[in-house]
Amino acid sequence: MTATDLRPTAAVLDQSAASKPKNMGQILRWVLLFLGGIMMIMPIAYMISTSLKWPHEVYNVNLIPEEPTIENYTYVLEDGRFYLWFMNSIIIAVITTISNLLFDSLVGYTLCKFKFPGRQIVFIAILSTLMIPTEMLVIPWYLMSQSFGWLDSYWGIMFPGLMTAFGTFLMKQFFESVPDDFLEAARIDGLNELQIWWIVAMPLVKPALAALAIFVFLGNWTAFLWPLIVTNSVEMYTIPVGLSGFGDEADVAWELIMTGAAISTIPTLIVFLIFQRFIIRGVVMAGLKG
Amino acid sequence: MAKLSLSKLTKAYNKTEVLHGIDLDVADGEFVVFVGPSGCGKSTTLRMIAGLEDITSGAITIGDRVVNNLEPKDRDIAMVFQNYAIYPHMSVRKNIAFGLRSSKLSKPEKEQRIAEVAHILDMTHLLDRKPNQLSGGQRQRVAIGRAMVRDPAVFLFDEPLSNLDAQLRTQMRLEIKKLHQRVGNTIVFVTHDQVEAMTMADRIVIMKDGHIQQVGTPADVYHKPANAFVAQFIGAPSMNMVPGTLSATGLTLDNGQRINTNLAATTQRVVHVGIRPDDLTINPNALQILSGVVTVQEPLGSETLIYVDTEIGEVIAKADGRTPPDVGTRVTLSVAANNLHVFDGETGEAVQ
Ligand SMILES: Nc1ncnc2c1ncn2[C@@H]1O[C@H](COP(=O)(O)OP(=O)(O)O)[C@@H](O)[C@H]1O
Ligand SMILES: [Mg+2]
Repeated sequence: MTATDLRPTAAVLDQSAASKPKNMGQILRWVLLFLGGIMMIMPIAYMISTSLKWPHEVYNVNLIPEEPTIENYTYVLEDGRFYLWFMNSIIIAVITTISNLLFDSLVGYTLCKFKFPGRQIVFIAILSTLMIPTEMLVIPWYLMSQSFGWLDSYWGIMFPGLMTAFGTFLMKQFFESVPDDFLEAARIDGLNELQIWWIVAMPLVKPALAALAIFVFLGNWTAFLWPLIVTNSVEMYTIPVGLSGFGDEADVAWELIMTGAAISTIPTLIVFLIFQRFIIRGVVMAGLKG
Repeated sequence: MAKLSLSKLTKAYNKTEVLHGIDLDVADGEFVVFVGPSGCGKSTTLRMIAGLEDITSGAITIGDRVVNNLEPKDRDIAMVFQNYAIYPHMSVRKNIAFGLRSSKLSKPEKEQRIAEVAHILDMTHLLDRKPNQLSGGQRQRVAIGRAMVRDPAVFLFDEPLSNLDAQLRTQMRLEIKKLHQRVGNTIVFVTHDQVEAMTMADRIVIMKDGHIQQVGTPADVYHKPANAFVAQFIGAPSMNMVPGTLSATGLTLDNGQRINTNLAATTQRVVHVGIRPDDLTINPNALQILSGVVTVQEPLGSETLIYVDTEIGEVIAKADGRTPPDVGTRVTLSVAANNLHVFDGETGEAVQ
């Protein structure tokens, strides 16, 4: 009797002893996460803070502006150039994203689900382009654009990114998780290969498509080097290229650049919020399968 | 509905032949089960019938058409896969409707057909659910529904029950059999489970290493196995095999026991003598052929299986469920002479 009475107490003691180091671990985790969070938030906080400052206060490190103003926002938004660049960026990022979603997954699907001679070589060739840095490619791209007459045009800005090796690789890996039975069942049901890809396989890799969409959109939205090189006229600039030119040579107008940057994060937030839902839903769906 | 025939069918993957000439005629409305150990070529055969694998040589005829070069959708077949292959992003209704995509029925006719199938499979109330809201058995039923809705000449099933738990498997086995009796289409069903084969089939096709070993009714393959492989593959527990010799004077087991049978050989030859555990009992009134020590008891309720260590190998025998011999006791086992199966020692073929 006494023995059984004692047992719960002992268990409780054991537990509290065991939970101490666990608490320490937890505290450490929280501290690290907190520091990480601060590091993520600081640049954004400074961007917003700077966009609310007067020019004379820009080099002051205080986070709260002494005399907050929305003057910068009215200036940037009333400046017709910013609107133009914003639209350029939107057009380029949206078209490039759609193109990547379609063509990366089409090629990835083909490489994953069809056996044909030379498949491995094609795959390795695509992968190997991942190892070449953009800086090395801009000169050939430029020469190519020049000879095709693509300089200073949307097509010139977009063409290098309409398909990416990374996206193809990502999609190929995700299609590996789609069982062949699905495709064969559809084949028996009379779908042609293109329909099988579009109607059966694509919906099953939505999470990957969402991740790719976020990745490609952000990449193109913030692209700087190539758009800077390939464009000449102010009307063709994208936001990053245009913003970098705010102010004159002697005095960079940081408060205006930060204002433009703050406004230009809005589309990326929207894209992220839209596609992130698919990622989470996809994970849930995968969990319930099986 | 139609007859299906395979003639001299072979399949090679990169020069490695995995099917070595399959010949089979399936009658209209027949339920045929392919059974055999994993890797023997059952799925490959089925997938060739479906048109999912190329035919290396030979011919497949469905009805009166040679279908070798037809697309899967044009072969008038439907297939149910092991892991269901129902689309997780579509409702049950859409999944079933998918089977009708290439059909020429009008929209109301299609809907009527879907409703009929849902009724037969008792899942009218599930039509608007997504697959992830269904149990394993319900998912498999959706897969069957998608196949049924097309009313194909031939149904192909590739191990459709192996992802289900034992109880559900037994239940679905019965359902598929009833379904067959109701709709009457020809069915080719693949499984590695001999119990499934025995319980469902009109005829069983037993395969091994890309060859057909025997084709016959469940009773045929159980009582008249064509060779030692079939004898041991069909039936659980497996048939006992003890060594012996067949000569002009008759059959002699390696323990010296002579058995009178109407079998005889002109020249003396080594044989395996097969005895089903069911036929090997402790019965002083019958022909006593083996004796040994009981090593293990397996009580099954109505009877008890005993493992007996004899001088010519371990055998499994059947003993009474209430009063089985204790482990360690010596027993003498008997069999009726006409329940013996004799197989050639080298080829394994049954000796007639
Ligand atoms: N795509 C393939 N490439 C090469 N060999 C294969 C392929 N598919 C099946 N095989 C081989 O063919 C044989 C029969 O396979 P399968 O028909 O799947 O067997 P089962 O369904 O009876 O288990 C096996 O030896 C397997 O390794
Ligand atoms: Mg198989």
